[in-house]
Amino acid sequence: MATFPEYISQNEERDGVRFSWNVWPSSRLEATRMVVPVAALFTPLRERPDLPPIQYEPVLCSRATCRAVLNPLCQVDYRAKLWACNFCYQRNQFPPSYSGISEVNQPAELLPQFSTIEYVVQRGPQMPLVFLYVVDTCMEDEDLQALKESLQMSLSLLPPTALVGLITFGRMVQVHELGCEGISKSYVFRGTKDLSAKQLQEMLGLTKPSANQGRGPQTAQPPLSNRFLQPVQKVDMNLTDLLGELQRDPWPVTQGKRPLRSLGVAMSIAVGLLECTFPNSGARIMTFIGGPATQGPGMVVGDELKTPIRSWHDIEKDNAKFMKKATKHYESLANRASTNGHMIDMYACALDQTGLLEMKCCANYTGGYMVMADSFNTSLFKQTFQRVFTKDVQGSFKMAFAATLEVKTSREVKLSGAIGPCVSLNAKGPCVSENEIGTGGTCQWKICGLDPSTTLALYFEVVNQHKAPIPQGGRGAIQFVSQYQHSSGQRRIRVTTTARNWADAQTQIQSIAASFDQEAAAILMARLAVYRAETEEGPDVLRWLDRQLIRLFMFHLRRSPFLQVFNNSPDESSYYRHQFNRQDLTQALIMVQPVLYAYSFSGPPEPVLLDSSSILPDRILLMDTFFQILIYHGETVAQWRKAGYQEMSEYENFKHLLQAPVDDAQELLHTRFPMPRYIDTEHGGSQARFLLSKVNPSQTHNNMYTWGQESGAPILTDDVSLQVFMDHLKKLAVSSAA
Amino acid sequence: MNVNQHTPMASPYGQPQPGYGHPGYAPLDGGYPVPYAPYNGPASAYQPGALPQGPARGPPTSGPPPVSVPQPFNQYSPSQGDVQNGPPPMTQAPPRPAASQPYNQGAVNPSGPHSSYPQHYGPPPSMQQVTNQMTGMQINSGPPTAAGPGYVPPHSSQPPISTAYSAAPPPAYSQASPPASSAPPQPPPPSGPATSQQYYGSPQSPSQQPFNSSLPPTSQQQFTSPAPPPPSSQQTFPPSSQQTFPPSSQQTFPPSSQQTFLPPSQQNFPPSSQQTFPQSSFSGPMPPPSQAPAPPGSQPQQSFSPAQPPFSSAPPPVSQPAFISGPPPSAQGSFPPRAPPPSSQSGSFPSAGPPPTSTPSSQYQGPMPPQQQHPPSQPSPYHAGPSPPSVQMPPTSMAQSNHLPPGPQGPPCPPGPMQQPPTQPGMQGGYPPQQNGAFGQVRGPQPGYAGPYPGQPNYGAPAPAPAPAPPAQKRLDPDSIPSPIQVIEDDRAKSTEPFTTGVRGQAPPLVTTNFQVKDQGNASPRFIRCTAYNMPCTADMAKQSQVPLAAVIKPLATLPPDETPPYLVDHGEGGPIRCNRCKAYMCPYMQFIEGGRRFQCGFCSCVTEVPPHYFQHLDHTGKRVDCYDRPELSLGSYEFLATVDYCKNNKLPQPPAFIFLIDVSYNAVKSGMVGIVCQELKSLLDYLPRENPEMDSVVRVGFVTYNKVLHFYNVKSSLAQPQMLVVSDVSDMFVPLLDGFLVNVNESRLVIESLLDQIPEMFADTRETETVFGPVIQAGLEALKAADCAGKLFVFHTSLPIAEAPGKLKNREDKKLIGTDKEKSLFQPQVGFYNTLAKDCVAQGCCVDLFLFPNQYVDVATLSVVPVSTGGSVYKYTYFQAQSDQERFLNDLRRDIQKLVGFDAVMRVRTSTGIRATDFFGSFFMSNTTDVELAGLDCDKAITVEFKHDDKLSEETGALMQCAILYTSCSGHRRLRIHNMAVNCCSQLADLYRNCETDTIINFFSKYAFRGVLNNPTKAVRDTLINQCAQILACYRKNCASPSSAGQLILPECMKLLPVYLNCVLKSDLLLPGADVSLDDRAYLRQLISCMDVSESHVFFYPRLLPLLKLESGSLPVAVRDSEERLSKGGVYLLETGLHLFLWVGASAQQELLLNIFGTTSFSQIDPSMTSLPVLDNPFSQRLREIVDSFRAQRPRYMKLMVVKQEDRAELIFRHFLVEDKCASGGASYVDFLCHMHKEIRQLLS
Repeated sequence: MATFPEYISQNEERDGVRFSWNVWPSSRLEATRMVVPVAALFTPLRERPDLPPIQYEPVLCSRATCRAVLNPLCQVDYRAKLWACNFCYQRNQFPPSYSGISEVNQPAELLPQFSTIEYVVQRGPQMPLVFLYVVDTCMEDEDLQALKESLQMSLSLLPPTALVGLITFGRMVQVHELGCEGISKSYVFRGTKDLSAKQLQEMLGLTKPSANQGRGPQTAQPPLSNRFLQPVQKVDMNLTDLLGELQRDPWPVTQGKRPLRSLGVAMSIAVGLLECTFPNSGARIMTFIGGPATQGPGMVVGDELKTPIRSWHDIEKDNAKFMKKATKHYESLANRASTNGHMIDMYACALDQTGLLEMKCCANYTGGYMVMADSFNTSLFKQTFQRVFTKDVQGSFKMAFAATLEVKTSREVKLSGAIGPCVSLNAKGPCVSENEIGTGGTCQWKICGLDPSTTLALYFEVVNQHKAPIPQGGRGAIQFVSQYQHSSGQRRIRVTTTARNWADAQTQIQSIAASFDQEAAAILMARLAVYRAETEEGPDVLRWLDRQLIRLFMFHLRRSPFLQVFNNSPDESSYYRHQFNRQDLTQALIMVQPVLYAYSFSGPPEPVLLDSSSILPDRILLMDTFFQILIYHGETVAQWRKAGYQEMSEYENFKHLLQAPVDDAQELLHTRFPMPRYIDTEHGGSQARFLLSKVNPSQTHNNMYTWGQESGAPILTDDVSLQVFMDHLKKLAVSSAA
Repeated sequence: MNVNQHTPMASPYGQPQPGYGHPGYAPLDGGYPVPYAPYNGPASAYQPGALPQGPARGPPTSGPPPVSVPQPFNQYSPSQGDVQNGPPPMTQAPPRPAASQPYNQGAVNPSGPHSSYPQHYGPPPSMQQVTNQMTGMQINSGPPTAAGPGYVPPHSSQPPISTAYSAAPPPAYSQASPPASSAPPQPPPPSGPATSQQYYGSPQSPSQQPFNSSLPPTSQQQFTSPAPPPPSSQQTFPPSSQQTFPPSSQQTFPPSSQQTFLPPSQQNFPPSSQQTFPQSSFSGPMPPPSQAPAPPGSQPQQSFSPAQPPFSSAPPPVSQPAFISGPPPSAQGSFPPRAPPPSSQSGSFPSAGPPPTSTPSSQYQGPMPPQQQHPPSQPSPYHAGPSPPSVQMPPTSMAQSNHLPPGPQGPPCPPGPMQQPPTQPGMQGGYPPQQNGAFGQVRGPQPGYAGPYPGQPNYGAPAPAPAPAPPAQKRLDPDSIPSPIQVIEDDRAKSTEPFTTGVRGQAPPLVTTNFQVKDQGNASPRFIRCTAYNMPCTADMAKQSQVPLAAVIKPLATLPPDETPPYLVDHGEGGPIRCNRCKAYMCPYMQFIEGGRRFQCGFCSCVTEVPPHYFQHLDHTGKRVDCYDRPELSLGSYEFLATVDYCKNNKLPQPPAFIFLIDVSYNAVKSGMVGIVCQELKSLLDYLPRENPEMDSVVRVGFVTYNKVLHFYNVKSSLAQPQMLVVSDVSDMFVPLLDGFLVNVNESRLVIESLLDQIPEMFADTRETETVFGPVIQAGLEALKAADCAGKLFVFHTSLPIAEAPGKLKNREDKKLIGTDKEKSLFQPQVGFYNTLAKDCVAQGCCVDLFLFPNQYVDVATLSVVPVSTGGSVYKYTYFQAQSDQERFLNDLRRDIQKLVGFDAVMRVRTSTGIRATDFFGSFFMSNTTDVELAGLDCDKAITVEFKHDDKLSEETGALMQCAILYTSCSGHRRLRIHNMAVNCCSQLADLYRNCETDTIINFFSKYAFRGVLNNPTKAVRDTLINQCAQILACYRKNCASPSSAGQLILPECMKLLPVYLNCVLKSDLLLPGADVSLDDRAYLRQLISCMDVSESHVFFYPRLLPLLKLESGSLPVAVRDSEERLSKGGVYLLETGLHLFLWVGASAQQELLLNIFGTTSFSQIDPSMTSLPVLDNPFSQRLREIVDSFRAQRPRYMKLMVVKQEDRAELIFRHFLVEDKCASGGASYVDFLCHMHKEIRQLLS
């Protein structure tokens, strides 16, 4: 038998699931004592190029409250053509099409290796993908130009049948009619007035033609496009021109004012437009934001420049007067969008904040992306945006749309909730726990946008009573059923069924301990912490966290921007948390505890401690914090570089040394989404602060003389170092144990 | 003045009516000819009429009367013939006898004179009848009976009008020859009056029958004398006329001609002369006889020569009469009455009467024959002139008398038959003479009346009646019904010199007269016209007279090229120099004192320091040395350069913008409107207004189309294609773009043209039928706000805005409400939304011009709220069809876009202490009681301001007013235009009445009334008008006219047309709608009137009707009165109202004429749907088209030419504009109304 790490890794590879515990304590009491709950990080769309396409629909348990999918864990009676549901134990007849079933002729879903299997649903119309661009025009010409180019480029990445739409906004919101000859038309809306979908429908003339125009054959079939959303292949040229002609918002901005930006209404109109044209069909609203909303519903700051946008300080003082209202506005938008399966992306490129704090739910609820950059004219944005349209080997988008995730559990386990880019579908079921963690109270979630890395944290509760022991060898099973719209327009259903052994904590504690997945647990707890940080007061969360888990990992988590807001703007916090909540385990780990590599002449590149002691003059450091890729040249190296040694042939090795981290960084840059900020700095450089803020301040201005003078760099901070932290923890652990 | 008395005629008419009634018919028969005939008939009718009275009334309308008439005529005929001409008297004698008998019976009164008439009358009608007739005649044409009696007496007394005339004349003359008034009037009047009075007196006594009374006098004397046809009349007349005449130029004209022709002209002309005439006529009436005498011989000549010339137009009429079986016309009914009046008048106006008589004789002698022989010949006679005169004007009266004679002679038999034949063959026979006289020459007889009658063919006919009545009528006739045409022509003739504005209290020439103005310190009448140029000093006087004190101000009026536009004055950075207290601007009324260091305000007497930079020494007269170097010190109108203090927000204004908002709903596209507008705009944009023709216009333009939603267009010059921005949130309108919406035409020309090319295509297949309206204006307003400029919106709209949006309307047209108390609500806006919107528009200087293309009810009353409040215009093209209406629409649009316009204007009228501007009428908005705010003000808009006393005025200083308009010119400069006006003040009512301008009064009345319908039932409004008018005239009668019998209708010279014009106002579609007049049409009229200037309102209410027989280059044919009787079957007429243009083609129009005009000789081949005349290469066609073009050029709105063929269905529309006739909707004929008026006055006096 493989070791647990191998088992874990294999499971992750195959099913995209990582549990905090891989052997479950068999009773509620024991589970509670374990502190870290039974939970799983689940990546629904984990890339499985090897999966065969199953061109039929799954066989479901006939019990109405169960409807679990036939899976390899089910007991099958080949002679009677019966199968027993492993969740509810209902015995089901195979459908007629399975009449040829036998031990040697098993359908794929019964093969053990297909614990994860994907069905392709043939029924129903193939819905087109919809991409709706919502473009801010209140920005500098350079930015706008860059954005326009990116958008034009993106048209070539869309499948020809995809529908595309364009909404621009500044002081007004313009919904552009596409495909018109000659005069370009757009519908304009006031940026200060929110409109319901129905109003919008009327104003855009999208009311069903039934009432007044009963003629024409077209009325029979619902139009798959309308004037505002047209197939790319049809309006490619037109839209390219249109984008090319986009002008900066022409309304004058007087001195000392921010441009009036109707972001809130623009998003509302985008949501409304899709709501009334393509409900429950995959659609992506891509919002390009050049600054904060300054008027109308959803405004986050007034147009007076003398009033800065809210900071954490203001928020704590309850001095952010627009925040609540705006948050409410965007929340309602997010809910509407998610109800209809539409995701909202936000590409916010501005030096100042843009209101991501208020708008975060738009991305968080719908599975949309949130990208933050300084300008549209940066490779960070350009590359990231391009990567949105990444395709798999078959040429289909990796992204998926309008997904729902349903989780079924064995009787002994119930669902507490989920944390991730999803919303509840409020599906009550027998497997729903009363104790909510994250988004709970349901066994189904809507994930409007998925990509292969989208990962949800699912929290379970063991409900088996201590007095009702589970028979030895019993297994708890969990089935994840994800339905989604593939970018080809097909509906697909991916079913992952997984099971874990039960163990009596009193007798098999060793086994349980061994099954602990530290990384998964850390991330799961971190998500929980972030979730609570978002919803509760900050200090309480830290205290709670301290009580829950004491680990090295937690040291960095405590210092991370996910929990600490100091030195981060509200927008940044929202951005970091957003990413943290959707990325898979590996990425999440990096976010919490950045990776630091050292390059020197003394050996091959090696990972080093994220500690100030690692910062040495003759080293080049490469730090990956997920959001940043930073190359730091030690003092000496920097001098050498300045002296130009790398240009000299006799110092080619130095050149190589300089190049090595760059190459590695490029590799990282090429694979990561969103594209990290790439920083090349050196000792004493201003940007070195990114490194210094991450490392363990083992040497500070307080203690730098007590440590070896020659090693490391002192960090000017009041934060305690890991050493102090650990000492303190130990003390606490002992005392609390007492 | 006396002429005015014509009105008396009316009364006479009233009397006549009964009898005339018949006559009336007669008139109907053959236009004038007929009329005359009718008259004759009437005359006869009188007699019979008297009998038939009942019938008579009926008759007026129908033939019956005629019948009776014939008889009368017969009776009259003899007399008439005589009577009318100089002879009339002669004839009169005979007729009179007959008539007199009747009269005697009825009127008995006419002791002697009457007797003669009476006989005439008497015989035919029974005594009672006669009386009735008389009564009827006298009093009301319409209600002969009731009014009749009352009227009769008055009328008869009125005839004395002549007295009045005398009185009146004096005034008129007064100016010319105050003495005249005093002296002449007295003398002549006395004499005249005396005579007339006597006549009248007698008539009066005969109270029963004005005729009798009136006639009697005149007739008696005259008649008696006249009786011996020409001779007597001549004799009598000559003497009298001569005597009287002497004073006036009349003499120059042969008495006869004078009387006949001149009278009219005189009237118009120098009141004085008229007066003299009147006087003379009075006395003159008697004179007329003299004229008559002349007439016989001279008359024809004179009449022809003098009369003809003047009345060139007249001829046609004559012909018309002849042709027209005028008699048939229902007008007859009216006519009859009128006729009676005439008779009575004639009676009253001895002079008139006499002439007739005399004329008759002559007529009979000469004219008659022709007519008889050749009705057609009549034309010739007309041509000759006599007839024309008769037809047209007073001259007619004069001429008529002259003509009549002829007519009678010839016509009597034939004409009479001709005309009357239809109605009263028999009658004719009897009447023939008279009728003939009247008819034949149609005018001939009438002419006598004509003056008066002319106005009303009917009367004309009556004239004949008069003839019968001759004795009385004769006199009445000449003075009888005042003829607008005569007045106009007279004024033209006397206004040969440029009008200088320097003389305070001097009334300018009429609006119908072409004259040059020299600004010598008062504003040109083109800018300001007053109702009275001699204001009463006290409120009591003003109240007593009831004459409205108002001024019609057209601040940006376009001046003819030979007059200098107001000079621009710059007073430097401090801005214009003003009085410290009342803030009046520097003007010629400021008195510099203390060596020029201070000036005293002429308005409030406050003394203000002269700023050092403006100081100038005074000369020995106390005038500044630089007085004539500075426009503001020597001129009535000038402009100041306004400083930044006079600008909104203390910021110099931006150049204005024009925004075109085009309805693109289904109806708009289908009618072709969208295509036409877009096509036209492409070229029109090169003609945006500019101050300097050399420069490009700085006006920026923007475009919006709309149906249920609005489409804005970005036409920025940098774009390859225009961009459309749709705003569908109409509930909360806003402008979706700033940059690129309002653009400079030259910079964005390509984009704009591309846009205008594409708009029709884009909406070619639209199925959207609903429209919005409120948001459209809001959009324009917001755009102007965003651009921070003033401007003008051109909205092209088709339908009732029923789409869900602010300002949504519902169809509330409910025919059942018409005439009820709730009717007024239909003229009020349906919702308050537009009032608020208008206010916002005004605040921004956003003027709205609305072009409507409705196919059904669109609620003009509501839609026009904003245009009206913002100084905009409404144009309406009902059932618009590209092919037929495009020309009119495009011309309107072109003019509307190109005309000079000011924006964001505020007008303030300051006055001397003592009076105050209290009420304002026009297209504007007022947020307080003094400042008239005009978002836009163009050169066609007039504002009527009413003044009331709040203290006493002094005769020395007069009354001053200063109208200051602060506006932004079309090139974006802030200007102040100042118009100053000084009028006299008087402590004698007579002075007031002597210096009035009826056209202006009517302008005021119409605006007052048209606004009144908002709050009162139309009936109440009409009654108020009638009341006030009656009070005005009664006051005059009571205080200014020389004493005379109560039965006389005496009109002040300056106001003698008041009744006829007022009647036109009362009959307008708004106040008295016909069944086919839609609520929208009425609302449309309402707003049109509200900003009309005097010349527009004049022609609107009293259309110009030109006979097209002979066209000479350089001059227009003399117009004829707006009555069917004036139309000749063989003629072609052009009628113009300022809104409509008709070409009426008689059923038997001469082939040559048709060939010249239409290129075909066949009446049936004329296409009535043509909207422009074929271009033919003959002088006649060229000249006609020139005339049509010149008419169009004169009016602010393009008039579509409608060709109306006689007896075609479309003639109904045309007839609507023959305002002296009875109208289908129940409006009274001129005669009827005059009688009614007289009755009212009498009631007030008693």
